[in-house]
Amino acid sequence: MIRVQEDDFDVGAELAALAAGDTGIGGIASFVGLVRDMAPVEGHDRSIRAMTLEHYPGMTEKKLAEIEAEANARWPLAASLIIHRYGTLAPGAQIVFVACASAHREAAFEACAFLIDWLKTKAPFWKLEDTEDGATWVEARASDDDAAARWERKPKAAE
Amino acid sequence: MKILYFAWMRQRVGAASEELDPPASVDTVDALIDWLIARDEGHKAAFARREAVRAAVNQDYVPFDHPVAAGDEVAFFPPVTGG
Repeated sequence: MIRVQEDDFDVGAELAALAAGDTGIGGIASFVGLVRDMAPVEGHDRSIRAMTLEHYPGMTEKKLAEIEAEANARWPLAASLIIHRYGTLAPGAQIVFVACASAHREAAFEACAFLIDWLKTKAPFWKLEDTEDGATWVEARASDDDAAARWERKPKAAE
Repeated sequence: MKILYFAWMRQRVGAASEELDPPASVDTVDALIDWLIARDEGHKAAFARREAVRAAVNQDYVPFDHPVAAGDEVAFFPPVTGG
């Protein structure tokens, strides 16, 4: 399931709902992304007052659905969920939530890592950080590309 | 043709979207960028570093040699930074 929303979400409630009614699920792996209070700008840490997430309505939902479908094609998941927020968020706020439920933990862990890695490089969101020195668009990081690239080959679990 | 801009592309162009009718000779993303740059200083500034720009046609990422045609939704933006 995909949700793109301005509102916050309740991790406990989302996890309970994901597993509800399917006692074949042996475990759920999840990741929650939060707004940090510091970020490097031109090599120096800057204090962040707020972060604003912009996205491409329509394409965002399309890409998230493709990413979720890819995870379900690679791993035997009983359920999966991606929630991504947009709008202006304060440090400490929840930005993104991914969760994967499966009969066994290996598939759940791997699929969860895959979802967040691919989402970071393939979902059309942009972060604007409001720092002590003004507003700065976050630049894409090579380490995120590397993290996504490790999934370019299908893992053994899917074979 | 509907053209969308996001993040600093939107700020430099000065609009989130525009409906434009480029000539038929504008048949690729690259040709569209050339045509947009000639329109005004905002577009010129937005595309000043073309290698820093990514494109989507009809909500799929495409390389700049990808065709464009009347009725397409074309979007320009910096590399994505969600998650």
